[in-house]
Amino acid sequence: MTKTITIIKSVLSFYIEGFKNMKLGKSLWLLIAIKLFILFVIMKWLFFPNYLKENFINDNQRSEYILQQLTKE
Amino acid sequence: MEATDILVDWSRAQFALTALYHWLFVPLTLGLTFIVAIMESIYVKTGDIWWKKTTKFWMSLLAINFAIGLATGIIMEFEFGTNWSNYSWIVGDIFGAPLAIEGLMAFFMESTFFAVMFFGWDKVSKKFHLLSTWLVAIGSNLSALWILIANGWMQHPVGMKFNPDTARNEMVSFAEVFFNPNGVSKFLHTVSSGYVLASLFVMGISAWYLLKKKDILFAKRSIIVSASFGLIASLFLIVSGDESAYNVAQTQPMKLAAMEGLYKGKSDAGIVVVGVLNPKKDISNDEDPFLFELEIPSALSFLAYHSTDSYVAGINDMIYGNKEHGIISTKEKMRQGSLAVNALRTYKDAKKQNDSLKAKEALEVFEKYQKYMGYGYLDKASDAIPSVAISFYSFHTMVALGSWFTLLFILALYFTIKDKIASNKIILRMMLFTIPLGYIAQESGWIVAEVGRQPWAIQDMLPVGMATSNIASSSVMITFWLFAILFTGLLIAEIKIMLTQIKLGVEGGH
Repeated sequence: MTKTITIIKSVLSFYIEGFKNMKLGKSLWLLIAIKLFILFVIMKWLFFPNYLKENFINDNQRSEYILQQLTKE
Repeated sequence: MEATDILVDWSRAQFALTALYHWLFVPLTLGLTFIVAIMESIYVKTGDIWWKKTTKFWMSLLAINFAIGLATGIIMEFEFGTNWSNYSWIVGDIFGAPLAIEGLMAFFMESTFFAVMFFGWDKVSKKFHLLSTWLVAIGSNLSALWILIANGWMQHPVGMKFNPDTARNEMVSFAEVFFNPNGVSKFLHTVSSGYVLASLFVMGISAWYLLKKKDILFAKRSIIVSASFGLIASLFLIVSGDESAYNVAQTQPMKLAAMEGLYKGKSDAGIVVVGVLNPKKDISNDEDPFLFELEIPSALSFLAYHSTDSYVAGINDMIYGNKEHGIISTKEKMRQGSLAVNALRTYKDAKKQNDSLKAKEALEVFEKYQKYMGYGYLDKASDAIPSVAISFYSFHTMVALGSWFTLLFILALYFTIKDKIASNKIILRMMLFTIPLGYIAQESGWIVAEVGRQPWAIQDMLPVGMATSNIASSSVMITFWLFAILFTGLLIAEIKIMLTQIKLGVEGGH
């Protein structure tokens, strides 16, 4: 147990120190954070709903809809 | 233009925009990870601190590219769910496995070892650090493997069975999907093209240092590594390109004909080295396809079938059919495709009415004609022809640039080994100005692959027009422009941060 805690602590301090000592990396992380916010919060949430998940309750309905699309005259 | 056509065109344009922008970032990562791994290996072997500095410098540019490019591909997955829901549903089971493996591998291999690569200098042993750098290179390339296998499947669907009850393709053989010749050759050709691009990038920036008479030793060493790596990758690119063309000839003959502007099929078909297409030419007239062309005799037959006297089918053969060579006309494929679609409809209705006999009969008809199901959705035979001009010019641009890159690597190596590179400003300038050409070649390659396979989202099975969701084209238009702004912003940020880092030089902060 103590060994596991020591490993976790050393892994955490590896990351924390790594981030602290970054020069270029800090601005890159900021850029990544902004980009991920735009992509996942704004874009995905506002503009990219999953069409089949939003409009149909279950897979049977989805299959039925797609089959209808594939066989419409 | 009908509303559905507008929707399809905007959905297409949006996907093309995101894919092309995404591909500005990926190939550099694929190649640069290997270049830094090679440089670090030399450092570990020699203990020379300059190799460590060189490795760290290129690693910093890799970090910028990785950070900016990160998650740009996820947008395509958003688009699959929103704009291409029919397609996503139909391919779902096939794409699920490769993309899930890609996600897991990318997360565990790249992310974990990326941290060691950047934070681990002086914290872990030299050998473990080197191992991490190699694992990042291998991991990022393996991520590309799964995506390209999925793409290869769309170009040549194998290892699956269409389930008429769920309207989904179900995987029956993972091995067939994984070893799909189209996917394998696509992977090898694509990653090696990434190595070439990264080599051009390292070589070009090193040339800039030499032109500025700055960090000379670092620049010369970087040129030696990148030009050697680039030359080997270029030679492999020729082999994998040949394999790709061979696979295209077997599975997508219309694409090959469009790439070469070949309307009338022939034996001993030549490859056009340089040519200008006749804009008046189409399948309905007898105009010469070219205003001017220079070709290598028999080379296309050899490329397509590895035999100089083989018959290469032209666009006309595939549209009108050619009994002598056993080529079915597009009209006949459309007839068979319509029979498959009608049978699927009958099957669906019979199942609803619990008429099992009728359903069984309909299913037999469907399975008989299923091979050309996609043709049942085409309005006219000419819809099966991709844009000849785009396919032809992008293919020839890619090949011409690829040839130039090979020559440039040889020249760079020769002058560096002779220790004359620093004084040869012409070669240095050519190296610098070839960086954007590397990107043009990359994008041209994808344009050939994707425009050349039109009208198919899944080859012969699902045309693009049937793959889209039933959504308003205005929403696709809005998101198209949002992406255009976002990606352009990211590209500007990348170039700006990279230029700042390059100006700081090898001793600059990383």
